[in-house]
Amino acid sequence: MATIDIRGVRKSYGATEVIRGIDCAVADGELLVLLGPSGCGKSTLLRMVAGLERITEGEIAIAGRVVNALEPKDRNIAMVFQNYALYPHMSVYDNMAYGLRIKGMSRAAIDAAVQKAAATLELTPFLARKPKELSGGQRQRVAMGRAIVREPDVFLFDEPLSNLDAKLRTQMRVEIKKLQGRLGVTSLYVTHDQVEAMTLADRIVVMHAGAAEQIGTPMEIYARPASVFVGGFIGSPPMNMLPAEVAADGAALTLAGGVQLPLGQSLGAEHRGRPVTLGIRPEHLHPGAEAPGALPALVDLVEALGADTVVHARLPGGAALLCRLPGDSAVARGARLALHPAPGALHLFDPASGRRLPEG
Amino acid sequence: MRRKVIFEHKLLPYLLLAPQLAITLVFFIWPSVQAMWMSLLREDMFGLSSTFVGLENYVRVLSDPGYVAAVRRTVVFSVAVALLALLPALLLAVMVDKLTRRVATYRVILVLPYAIAPAIAGVLWLFMFNPSVGIVAAGIRGLGFAWNPKLDGQDAMILVILASAWKQISYNFLFFLAGLQAIPKSLLEAAAIDGAGEWRRFRTIVLPLLSPVTFFLVTVNVVYAFFDTFGVIHAVTQGGPAKATEVLVYKAWYDGIIATDFGISSAQSVILMAVVIALTAIQFRFIDRKVTY
Repeated sequence: MATIDIRGVRKSYGATEVIRGIDCAVADGELLVLLGPSGCGKSTLLRMVAGLERITEGEIAIAGRVVNALEPKDRNIAMVFQNYALYPHMSVYDNMAYGLRIKGMSRAAIDAAVQKAAATLELTPFLARKPKELSGGQRQRVAMGRAIVREPDVFLFDEPLSNLDAKLRTQMRVEIKKLQGRLGVTSLYVTHDQVEAMTLADRIVVMHAGAAEQIGTPMEIYARPASVFVGGFIGSPPMNMLPAEVAADGAALTLAGGVQLPLGQSLGAEHRGRPVTLGIRPEHLHPGAEAPGALPALVDLVEALGADTVVHARLPGGAALLCRLPGDSAVARGARLALHPAPGALHLFDPASGRRLPEG
Repeated sequence: MRRKVIFEHKLLPYLLLAPQLAITLVFFIWPSVQAMWMSLLREDMFGLSSTFVGLENYVRVLSDPGYVAAVRRTVVFSVAVALLALLPALLLAVMVDKLTRRVATYRVILVLPYAIAPAIAGVLWLFMFNPSVGIVAAGIRGLGFAWNPKLDGQDAMILVILASAWKQISYNFLFFLAGLQAIPKSLLEAAAIDGAGEWRRFRTIVLPLLSPVTFFLVTVNVVYAFFDTFGVIHAVTQGGPAKATEVLVYKAWYDGIIATDFGISSAQSVILMAVVIALTAIQFRFIDRKVTY
């Protein structure tokens, strides 16, 4: 049973705190993605799990054993680096065998393990080559191979796909997912790419400024973002964020420009008459007939992407609004649309803290 | 694709090259050709006439037991200087590379000896190891060893080796440090995760990746020991006692300037030149292939 437990972990460089108290746990066999923009501390957290950075405060346990004081080699982990970190002077075979030789395995056992990993990753024809004689995708595979031959308790991935081109990235993403599922090895995966996170993760930790903003399954995070940051970070194009005010009866919102939007529920007394931030995903706006409760929008720009059409529109108050329509929608610049939010697709956030309002 | 820059002016490229070519011509080609010519001549003892003797000077040089002894001495000296200049430099570079701050300060301090003129470095060591007034010499004697580089040839050799190596450590240190810093940290991290301890990482990752630098430095140090140590030896021992520290370059100078046997001295210079050309050729060959990975 290999689990990872991260308890109250903090990290400071001098006076600068980069990880500000994170608690999360990775279950046995689970793939947990740490997702966030650059500088949010996700790589630092991963490196602390790997033992490459010291933990300032808190505790990290792998397979139930606290590893704070352990060297990387004593943690029984394998890591795939962003730049692959293949040993340039060794052949593919030696790259994969390096860790096994250090373990003192017999020559035959090493050969069997390397051949098996190479076969899994379709690297057998390249075993004698040096890393510089391989393509980016092949190098990525070697890095994976080096991780899997050691049969570690835990895989750590530090943005392993970000050096690949878009097509290869999609392909390798699928392969990593399959491989991880088949091997069933507990994995921690760092990325700044939300699509990668959504497709790979069993659960996602959305990180922002050194803290975990939300932890949940991809669909939970998509359906109920816990903060303005998460709402804006997950989903493409990003969620529309509009300033609004709760009506006196708590059952409707007044948007800038005087547009009224019924909430379909009544908010508690403490919110009435208060400002809120309204979040609506572009894909949850549907054009329809002019009616109360629809957003009257003026089309500024139309991006036809084939499968979808992204409409950049403007509300009466001047607020910009994105709307994602089916690819066959015939919308022209300058057109007026009445956009109906899908039922239950309104997200309300506290404008001061950015957190989601508790639902009544 | 590299675009070729084309100068309209036909003369301009030659003008731009002229200063460098002039320097090479005046300070290298001309003296070399003159040395080669002089190595084929023999002067009478008053320096009034010279006769062409073909390769006789070379035959005399190579069959002279004194010259063969100097060759042997030079090999010992060069290997010792190269080792003593490379190993401490590597050690210092590894330690400075581990620092996270004040790297620049340490680098400057460690590079300073390189800025000292060879003769001054020599005199410095001469004073420290002087059997009558030297502070280090006093220390060595205090430990119960007999130490007198003025009388004991072996002591003298040790002294010039130390002085020569010490001056070259800075240079090697700089190159080793640059080489170490060029190794991606993630490689060492990957090796650490693969289970390699510090020494093993150094042996299996750092040293192989450093091999182009090491190879370059070995050649440079051997060339240094062959030629640039003249100043140190001249200041410290003048090749003595009893020629115990007379290496090839010192012998060529001595036979030419002191003994004024220009033919013999020139022949020795030409042999030395051939050696350095060979060393450089080997270096270029290897740097182009093998050591790169």
